Amino acid sequence: MAKHKVQKKQTSWLVDGILFLLILLWTIPTIGIFISSFRTAYDIQTSGWWAIFPHREWTVVTEMPIPEGLDKNGVMEIEGAKGTFKEFREGITTPDGRRVIWIGNKRLGKIQIQEQRWTMRTDFTLQNYQEVLVGKEYEIRQPDGSVKIEQGEDLSNAFINSLAVAIPATVIPILIAAFAAYGFAWMRFPGRKLFFIMVVAMLVVPLQIALVPILRDYTKLDLNGTFLAVWLAHTGFGLPLATYLLFNYINGLPRDILESAFIDGASHFTIFIRLILPLSVPALASFAIFQFLWVWNDYLVALIFIGAKPDVQVLTMRIAEMVGSRGNDWHLLTAGAFVSMILPLIVFFSLQRYFVRGLLAGSVKG
Amino acid sequence: MEQTEPRSSARRVWRWFITNILRILLAIIVPLITFIVLWQGFIFLRDSEAPKVLVAGVAIVWGVGGVAALFFVTNWLVEQLPDVWVRHLQPYIFVGPAIVIIFWYLALPAIRTFIISLYNRDSSQFVGLQNYVAVFTERFMMEAFRNTMLWILIGATFSVVFGLLIAVLADRSRFEKLAKSLIFMPMAISMVGASVIWKFIYAVRDPSDPQIGLLNAIVVALGGEPKAWIQLVQPWNNLFLIIILIWLQTGFAMVIFSAAIKGIPAELLEAARVDGANEVQIFFKIMIPYIMGTIITVTTTIVIFAMKIFDIVIVMTGGQFGTEVIATQFYRQYFTNRDFGLGSAIAIVLLVAVIPVMIYNLRQIRNEEAF
Repeated sequence: MAKHKVQKKQTSWLVDGILFLLILLWTIPTIGIFISSFRTAYDIQTSGWWAIFPHREWTVVTEMPIPEGLDKNGVMEIEGAKGTFKEFREGITTPDGRRVIWIGNKRLGKIQIQEQRWTMRTDFTLQNYQEVLVGKEYEIRQPDGSVKIEQGEDLSNAFINSLAVAIPATVIPILIAAFAAYGFAWMRFPGRKLFFIMVVAMLVVPLQIALVPILRDYTKLDLNGTFLAVWLAHTGFGLPLATYLLFNYINGLPRDILESAFIDGASHFTIFIRLILPLSVPALASFAIFQFLWVWNDYLVALIFIGAKPDVQVLTMRIAEMVGSRGNDWHLLTAGAFVSMILPLIVFFSLQRYFVRGLLAGSVKG
Repeated sequence: MEQTEPRSSARRVWRWFITNILRILLAIIVPLITFIVLWQGFIFLRDSEAPKVLVAGVAIVWGVGGVAALFFVTNWLVEQLPDVWVRHLQPYIFVGPAIVIIFWYLALPAIRTFIISLYNRDSSQFVGLQNYVAVFTERFMMEAFRNTMLWILIGATFSVVFGLLIAVLADRSRFEKLAKSLIFMPMAISMVGASVIWKFIYAVRDPSDPQIGLLNAIVVALGGEPKAWIQLVQPWNNLFLIIILIWLQTGFAMVIFSAAIKGIPAELLEAARVDGANEVQIFFKIMIPYIMGTIITVTTTIVIFAMKIFDIVIVMTGGQFGTEVIATQFYRQYFTNRDFGLGSAIAIVLLVAVIPVMIYNLRQIRNEEAF
């Protein structure tokens, strides 16, 4: 990898410019929901998230009752603007840059005079997060001025469930795969080749193939809706890749380490625990991150094996459900999505190096 | 010790017989016992009323500890036996659990699903290949195949092209690290989360209200009419879903390509420059051919990924508005319509589609010296 070194990074504005545009394109979607998750429900409904940046907006300067003696069915003149009721409802812009707008109905309305002014919508709040995490009832101000009582979501529960699924579903396959990888790499036994062929053949098998029979087994064993069911499923689906990656790594460790350990009378088990595992930490870490992100972000496996049991549902299931049931409550959806993303993003940015290494080692998964 | 030949060979057969029995015991019975203990523990935990965090904590310790204990205990038991036995049995402690689990969760289900696919909707009657006929003739399946082809063709092509473009640009930029890290970031986001992100971008509201979705806001600012992008204009609404896949997978392609590009020998590029090749020629005539193997691998991976796309479609449209794909049809037939035969046949079609890759992978390991 170190073969090709760019001797000097020549600055080309064209290259940096295109790259900058692409970065913008790739990050704006995430920035959008991140910012929105801190805005009030009222702000989200009445303006785009970019309104937090300075921009020109029609702002109310004065408000007054409807002048007396107007022909409401014909053409009226109010504050220097001329038009019918319908036009006033849409707002009429006067030559001096003001806008006269009729709020409400014909009889009981009022008149607003607006001007284009520089503003920023910076009414930030943490209430969205409270609301999605705690699950109490909240009062939400609506665009039409009324107040709505809203039931929150209980995502903190789902967060714990996601952890309870993802941690063992990461550790268990790694442990089993590490033993198997050592066995394949350093031991000779009948069936070794055949078993290894099975591992490799299963690398790209789509997991859809397994859902139906496994679900039948689980129903017989009364396992549906338990963490164990999901762990074992993720273990089964992750094991081929884990075994293959770790085999490649452990197989590449210098042979003389093992031989000298054997001469000292160590058993395979001792060598594995004391020597091979510590030496394999980079490979283990790579796969661990890979598997953790995969399990944490998984939706299908959880959907099938956890199903409709609300108290064991993981984050992805709850978010998907929220999109269905509260599709327009963007203050909740954005905060909820961010709650589900925060841990993978931390893992990703802090351990990116290992993650990339894992990807480079092998990236096909069923 | 005087021993006649026949007796010693009888003994050998006897020992061979015993070791094999023990191997089978180790590979199957021991994981089975662990499984039963774990399972009973979980039934207990599931029905308990303890606080959530406690149950989750106990579950984690129980699960991880149980698996670790399995290895320690069986190994300890085997190491009590004479050396010969240890040598014969120990490998099965190491590889046994992995083999049993992979067999139970992947190899065997492939066969079981195939058998289910030959039966009718509730598996009560053998119908031969009738379900496969349905898979390739039913209208809703044709739509699913068409859409999945769109996902594969457009999704994979753009991910690879963007990935390659960004990898090359980043290689020449001072902001390489930052750029790669930010473009790669969507890899950490779930498809469900990504769907929420993009649904917000495509959000549409009444033309008289301010648009809060970025895309419609831009359209309106340019004087257009706001549109419901993911519902109208079929089949092009699929494109708006496929963009999410491109957004997610470009980072993956970029990282792999970036490593491949850095592996191109500097002398090769230098020589081309000395011969008067410009950067575009270098890209097409040297870089692309040099990393062709990587391009094929990455494309294959993304194609397989796109073929099984499920979460994005379910969250964005639920399969409505003509966006159904193969994996969502599998789910719908199996879990909504309870048509086990047809659902299984769709799963088998997915399996058959990856068989060439499977064969390629097997060829690869045969070439490696270890086997």
